[in-house]
Amino acid sequence: MTSKLNLDEGVVLACRAAAEQISADVIAKTDDKTTVSVERTVLRLLGLEGADEEGVPLANSVVDEVLREGGLDRGAAFWVGNGLIQTEMSLESLARAVVDGSVELCTLPVEDERMARDVVERGCRERIEELSAARSDRHEMRERLGENSQPLSYVLTATGNVYEDVVHARAVADYGGDIVAVIRSTAQSLLDYVPDGPTTEGFGGTFATQENFRIMREAMDEWSEENERYIQLSSFCSGLCMPEIAQMGVVEGFDNMVNDALYGILYRDINMVRTLIDQRLSRAINGYFGIVINTGEDNYLRTADALDAAPSVVASQFVNFQLASDSGVPAEQIAVGNAFEIHPDVPNGFLLELSQAQLTRELFPHCRVKYMPPTRHMNGNPFRTHACDTLFNLVTVATGQSIQTIGVPTEGIFTPHIHDRVLALENVSYVATAAAGLAEEIEFRSDGLIQRRAQEVLKAALEILEEVAEVGLFEAIAEARFGDVSRHESEGRGAEGIVSKADTYFNPLAEVLGHAPVVHS
Amino acid sequence: MRPSSTPETGTGVRPYADRDDGIVQASFTLPVRDSRAARTAGLEIARRMGLVRAEVVHSQPVTAGYTYLVLYGSFDDRVDIESIRREDFDIEYMDHDEVDAFVASRIGRPLVVVGASTGSDTHSVGIDAMLNLKGYDGHHGLEAYDAFSVHNLGSQVPNAKVVAHAIEVEADAIVVSQTVTQQDLHIHNLTELVEMVEAEGLRGRTILVCGGPRISNELAKELGFDAGFSKGTFPNHLATFLASSVAERVSVPRAA
Repeated sequence: MTSKLNLDEGVVLACRAAAEQISADVIAKTDDKTTVSVERTVLRLLGLEGADEEGVPLANSVVDEVLREGGLDRGAAFWVGNGLIQTEMSLESLARAVVDGSVELCTLPVEDERMARDVVERGCRERIEELSAARSDRHEMRERLGENSQPLSYVLTATGNVYEDVVHARAVADYGGDIVAVIRSTAQSLLDYVPDGPTTEGFGGTFATQENFRIMREAMDEWSEENERYIQLSSFCSGLCMPEIAQMGVVEGFDNMVNDALYGILYRDINMVRTLIDQRLSRAINGYFGIVINTGEDNYLRTADALDAAPSVVASQFVNFQLASDSGVPAEQIAVGNAFEIHPDVPNGFLLELSQAQLTRELFPHCRVKYMPPTRHMNGNPFRTHACDTLFNLVTVATGQSIQTIGVPTEGIFTPHIHDRVLALENVSYVATAAAGLAEEIEFRSDGLIQRRAQEVLKAALEILEEVAEVGLFEAIAEARFGDVSRHESEGRGAEGIVSKADTYFNPLAEVLGHAPVVHS
Repeated sequence: MRPSSTPETGTGVRPYADRDDGIVQASFTLPVRDSRAARTAGLEIARRMGLVRAEVVHSQPVTAGYTYLVLYGSFDDRVDIESIRREDFDIEYMDHDEVDAFVASRIGRPLVVVGASTGSDTHSVGIDAMLNLKGYDGHHGLEAYDAFSVHNLGSQVPNAKVVAHAIEVEADAIVVSQTVTQQDLHIHNLTELVEMVEAEGLRGRTILVCGGPRISNELAKELGFDAGFSKGTFPNHLATFLASSVAERVSVPRAA
């Protein structure tokens, strides 16, 4: 792709180098720790699903018990492996015995440490092979049914009731939507467990549970087969259960996941060490199984001015990309985020937005780009919002974005009604059809407004990245360098779930993911 | 000059399209296949809504078994504005400088405001629009005023924490925002806050205000708040209300 923005390649390389340093520093600072969510994910991957009578997931009970007994520094897998050998129970029976108190995992005799590790490592490898085979089948199904060309339309369903969500998702598919997102109930990100079973009550979204994922996947597979076009599913690996939701998505055949490295820190006040550890395993899982991840830079523009914050968006894209890359996600599976949040009254706002969208596109040529619609300045007039969305759709086409979250006319009023998404998708398809060849036709004037703006933003992004590299990401977040939000290393939710690893720490999942080739990308 | 076909009060008002015609647009989805039955049901719904001469101008399937309709009809009745008049019809809002001057002269110290998006609500957009320096749509938030000392606790703040903070800093006002309103989540949450404020005995000295896209002044008052602010509110509206309410409260004992 030739640059339409006449970017200085030296500046781009310097941005990448700074981001590499930032990411390496994060890994160095977090590599000696694990979290309860990471440990639960290992157990879930081994097949520990379900919950007790009170709805507490078995994975939570077991990990909490190992933590209470003081053994989590060796990793939950070791104790479970030893427990399986010592008790000769199945994984689920062992977990239930831990819940009812008849087994204390860390006080069982350890006869052979090597055997205890081997039994779970073998289980883990078998499970990963099984899941890889299922992913390959799904990959074949996608190839066989086919998909729309890019940009793919990403649409949220959010009725709170998974069965109503299915009806809404069918309407989305009927009108050309490509990716349906099971958006979570508000506040799910702060739950330090994943709720169990199907749910019909949610606020601003529907709980991300494994059963809800399964119900939605089944319905969309049915639509896909009937209509001979594959519909992708997405949800959110964020909050206090990032890697667990990634694992659930793999099991239930999801294709895409919002999986930002910093979002939970900035916008959910989750402890930064916790999130940076959790995002790494979450992204390693998504990367390994061919799931596309989306970063969430759009969120900065909801709290900071879009024009002022543009350099911090670009800086964050570099950091988010590098953290994902260092977690094992191939570039083709990283969809960096961006959003059209310039105020509609700003003179030449459309041109400035073209510049920013094109900049994101050019800085990450091998990545997908996920482009988000205007929300912040949408004032409740559905007709004005629909008009603004039309320009958003035009920028999407003109700059060759890969995935666009559709803008709905009722943005800022309520979670969309069933016909709001239909109107939105008709708008998308109108613009995409009418301006299909626009990206190939247009160039930007040398040293014109669009080129100059992109060059300025990139230069300012480099300054931020070099400053962040200098002080480290933790300090930079404390200084409110991203989204105008300040968070401190010692504060935030979920810090109590961080444990320093012992020398004998064992995590078969991380080991298998870290050493095996990628399934397909 | 106002044309004679637009009577404003006395005889009452009704919707105006291009004359005193009462024309209303309605759009909705029916859980019925796109069909004559769906369109006829739409017309019947319009009739029961009090619309006459209704016509379906557009219908389309949304998905199997669901139809989207756009209708126009006329509302033949009138609403007499005088019969529904309320005190807040005539509020004149002070601007930023006027609020600062008013508080300096009438109260003589900055008013302490504790704000948050409370309960499980993750949206900070509303509270930030009112309180943050940058404010909303070119209107600075209360942090930019000399008249206020602002403690913005952010989003997803438990009600108990808001109340505890208000006690700690001796807040003159508590301002909370609620964006997510599905299944009346906001009602439960706001009611809980009122109960806590009352239990702590703050009611007499702390102004209690809520806001959000689906919150009305009426709803807020019904729940026990001093006021509620909805869409279209700018920080100076909130500032005017807080300044004049506190001034009223401090002037009572002085007068006594």
